[in-house]
Amino acid sequence: MILTFAQTSLIPLWIIIGYLALLLGLGVISSRFFKGTAADYFVVSRSVGSFLLLMSVFGTTMTGFALVGSTGEAFAKGVGVYGLMASWSGLVHSGVFFLVGIRLWAVGKRNGYMTQCEYFSDRFESRSLGYLLFAILVLLLIPYLLVGVIASGRFLQATTAGMFPETFAMTLPNGNPHPLTGSLPLWLGSLVVCGVVLGYVFFGGLRGAVWANTFQTIVFMVTGVIAFYLIAQKFGGLQAATAKLLASENAERAARGSQMGPLQFFTYCFVPLSVGMFPHLFQHWLTARSAKSFRLTVVAHPIFIAVVWVPCILIGVWAAGLFADGGLRLPKNPDGTPISNAVLGAMINQLVHSNVLSGLVGAGVLAAIMSSLDSQFVCLGTMFTNDIVIRLAGRDRLTDTQKIWISRAFILTIVGVTYGLAVYMMGDDRRSQSVFALGVWCFSGFAALFPLVFAAVYWRRTTKAGALACVLVTTVVWSVLFYRDIFAEKAPGSEEEKLIFGMMPVAIIFAASAVTLVVVSLITRPLSTATINKFFDPLETN
Amino acid sequence: MSSPRHSTAWWVIWICAAVLFVVHQDFWYWNDRSLIFGFLPIGLAYHVGFSVAAAVLWLLAVTFAWPTHIEEWADRNDAASLPRSEGRE
Repeated sequence: MILTFAQTSLIPLWIIIGYLALLLGLGVISSRFFKGTAADYFVVSRSVGSFLLLMSVFGTTMTGFALVGSTGEAFAKGVGVYGLMASWSGLVHSGVFFLVGIRLWAVGKRNGYMTQCEYFSDRFESRSLGYLLFAILVLLLIPYLLVGVIASGRFLQATTAGMFPETFAMTLPNGNPHPLTGSLPLWLGSLVVCGVVLGYVFFGGLRGAVWANTFQTIVFMVTGVIAFYLIAQKFGGLQAATAKLLASENAERAARGSQMGPLQFFTYCFVPLSVGMFPHLFQHWLTARSAKSFRLTVVAHPIFIAVVWVPCILIGVWAAGLFADGGLRLPKNPDGTPISNAVLGAMINQLVHSNVLSGLVGAGVLAAIMSSLDSQFVCLGTMFTNDIVIRLAGRDRLTDTQKIWISRAFILTIVGVTYGLAVYMMGDDRRSQSVFALGVWCFSGFAALFPLVFAAVYWRRTTKAGALACVLVTTVVWSVLFYRDIFAEKAPGSEEEKLIFGMMPVAIIFAASAVTLVVVSLITRPLSTATINKFFDPLETN
Repeated sequence: MSSPRHSTAWWVIWICAAVLFVVHQDFWYWNDRSLIFGFLPIGLAYHVGFSVAAAVLWLLAVTFAWPTHIEEWADRNDAASLPRSEGRE
C-alpha cells in the first residue's frame, strides 16, 4: 500500500498545507452562517439548494478509492473496472436518489426527522428496531471511517517521503534506509487530517461539511483531469499512450477477457445500492430545500462519476503497458507483485516530474477522502445525540443549545476514538490490512439492508416483524460469509471479497434479506392504519 | 411517480431503465480490444456511453415522471403529520 519514491522538494507539502488551510477557512466562514438551532446544525435548516446538494452528495459518495483505487484496479484488471464499478454506480445511485431519497426527504420534512433510526423506529412502530439498527449502522460505519483515516495517513506519508530526512529517519531491519525515510509518520498525517475535519465540522455542523464537500469535490475532479492531461502529454498523446498498452504483454487490459467473470460483472450491481442505507447520505438528503433540489443530483451524478473515473481508468491501463515494458517502477507486495495502489503516484512522479502536480493530486486525494470522513463524523454525532441521548432523556427536556453541545462532544469523542483505533491498526500491517478488508465488507452490509428501506417507502404491508427479521437475517448471513472470507485463500495484499459461485457475496446476502422481509411480512400482523397514513400519501394507492 | 396514477411516460421511462439494466452486460465486447477515436478501448467507450445514457434516462425521469404529489404531500399539514419542533432555543 506504500506509494511513490522519495523526493526532497517541499512544494507538494506546501500545496497540501495550503489546501488544508483553505478548508479550515471555509469552515470558519460557514460557521458564521450558523443559526444556533439543532435543525441548522444537523440538517442545515433543510435549506440546501440543487448545486450544493449535488456536490455534497457526490463528494460524500466518492472516497479516496475514486482516484487511487480506481487507477490501481484498472492497472490490475483493465478497462472492465469502469463497467464493473462506475457505470453501475451511475445508473443505480441516481435511481436510489430518485426512488428512495426524495421520499425519505419528504417523510423527514413532514415528521422532523434527523436520523435513519428515528425514521425506522416510527415507521415500524418499534424502538427495538431503532436501537438494533443504530448498533448495526454504527458498527458498519466505523471500519469505513478507519479506512479513510488510515488511507489519509498513508497517503501523506508516501507524498512526503524524503522531505524530512533527519527528523523522521526510518531504517529497515537490515539497517538500510527505509524507502519512506524522511516522511511524515502515519500517526502525524492522520492526526492532521482528523484535526482539519474536526475543525470545520465542530462549529458548523453539517453546513461545514456541505460547504467543504463542495470545495473538495471541485478539487478532486479538477486535479484528476489535470493529471490525466499531463500524463497523456508525456506519452505523446492519447493515441500513443493506448498504442503502447496494445503493443505490450499487458494488452489484455484493453478488454475484460479473463480478468473478471460475467456473473461478478452482473452481480456488482448490488454494491451501489449501499447508498440507500448510508446514514450519512440519509442526513444529506434531509438537508434539501425542496424535492426539486434533487433533480440536478439525479441527472448529473452519472456524468460526474464518468468525469472522475474515465481519466483514472485510462491512466491505470496505460501504466500497465508502461510497466510491462519496464518504463514504470512500482513498490512490491511480499509475493513480488506490484502494489497497484501505488500506480497513480508513480505515474505522476516518474512521468510528469512535477512537484506542483504531485501537490495538487495529493490535495485531490485528500479531498476525496475527507469529503466522506466529515459527513460520517457529523452523522455519528447526530445519531448518538438524537437516537440515544434525546430518546432516553425525552425530546422536550433539552434545549437546542444543549443538543448541539452534546453532539459536538460526541463528534470530538468519535474523532478521538477513531484516531486512536487507526493508530493502533497502523502499528501492524496485518491489522491494517484487515481493516481495509472489513471496509469492503461494510459496503455489502449496507447494500444488503437496501430491501428494508425500499419496502419502508413503497410497501405498506411491510410489518415490524418483517423488518426485524430482515435486519437479523442480514446480520447472520453477512457474519457467516465474512467469517468464511477471513479464512479464504487469497492473493497476498488482496482486499477483495471472495466470490461465491462467481457472484459477489452481496447478491446472496441481499437475496436472503429481501426474501425474509417479504415472507415474514406476509405472515405477520400489518401495521396500524395511523402509522401507514403517517408515512404514505393517502392519494397514492399501493 | 409523476402522480398517483402512472402516466405513459412513467412506464416508458421504467422500461428504458430495465433495458439499460440488461444491456449493461455487454458480453459482445468482452474480449474486443478495438479502439474508438484511436485511443479509447471499445469496452470502455461502451460504458462511458452507458453513463451518458443513464444521465439521459434520469433527465427524462425528472422531466416526465417527477413525483409532484410527494412534494405536495411533504408541504401539506394534516392530522397524520406530527412535525417536531425545529429551531427551538
